[in-house]
Amino acid sequence: MAELKISKTLDLKGMYCPGPVMETAKGIKQIGVGEILEVLATDPAAKPDIEAWARRTGQQILDIQQQGGVTRILIKRVK
Amino acid sequence: MSSNKKLSIIVFSGTIDKLMPVGILASGAAAAGYEVNLFFTFWGLNSITKQAMQQMQPIDKNYEQFGPVMMKRMQEMKYPSWSELVREAKEVGEVKIFACSTTMEFFGIKREDLADFVDDVVGVATFLDRAEGGTTLFI
Repeated sequence: MAELKISKTLDLKGMYCPGPVMETAKGIKQIGVGEILEVLATDPAAKPDIEAWARRTGQQILDIQQQGGVTRILIKRVK
Repeated sequence: MSSNKKLSIIVFSGTIDKLMPVGILASGAAAAGYEVNLFFTFWGLNSITKQAMQQMQPIDKNYEQFGPVMMKRMQEMKYPSWSELVREAKEVGEVKIFACSTTMEFFGIKREDLADFVDDVVGVATFLDRAEGGTTLFI
């Protein structure tokens, strides 16, 4: 996909549920609407949990990649 | 999309194996925009006193043998305590902590003995009113 401008990166490797979701919820408030948050996590629950969180809170997931044990999620703040 | 969902938990148990999921559920729900109500009663109430905050919570007698290895793993993982999870839940979302007035009387616990994150001392009518229309768990 085209290069996206990332406004903030959260390195949540080594954190377990509910840590990644909590930090993502805090992090999204620290960027502006329309900006992009990058999340890096190793918790195997991070992908389904952050997807569910995004559905519930109305934020948009742009991309999810799994590389080795690390999940990289790009989230656009829409509200 | 975000709708006005609610999760209410009657926290009856005061052992760490039950308090931990209370903290995890409360913080996960709060982060996802749920309104969260925690009603601490009976043995649960004893775990939200200022004194209880200073010490380790006991583990259920049935699972005693797992206690030491679990505590060790939680320390290695730098996993937050259940009360830290509740505090974090209050920071990210709409979370109310209620203490049961009748239980306080049973155990001789005063309002000033309760941890600072307690919002109010209430009875069953208040809890049911707050919980109405949402999901309620008894833990």
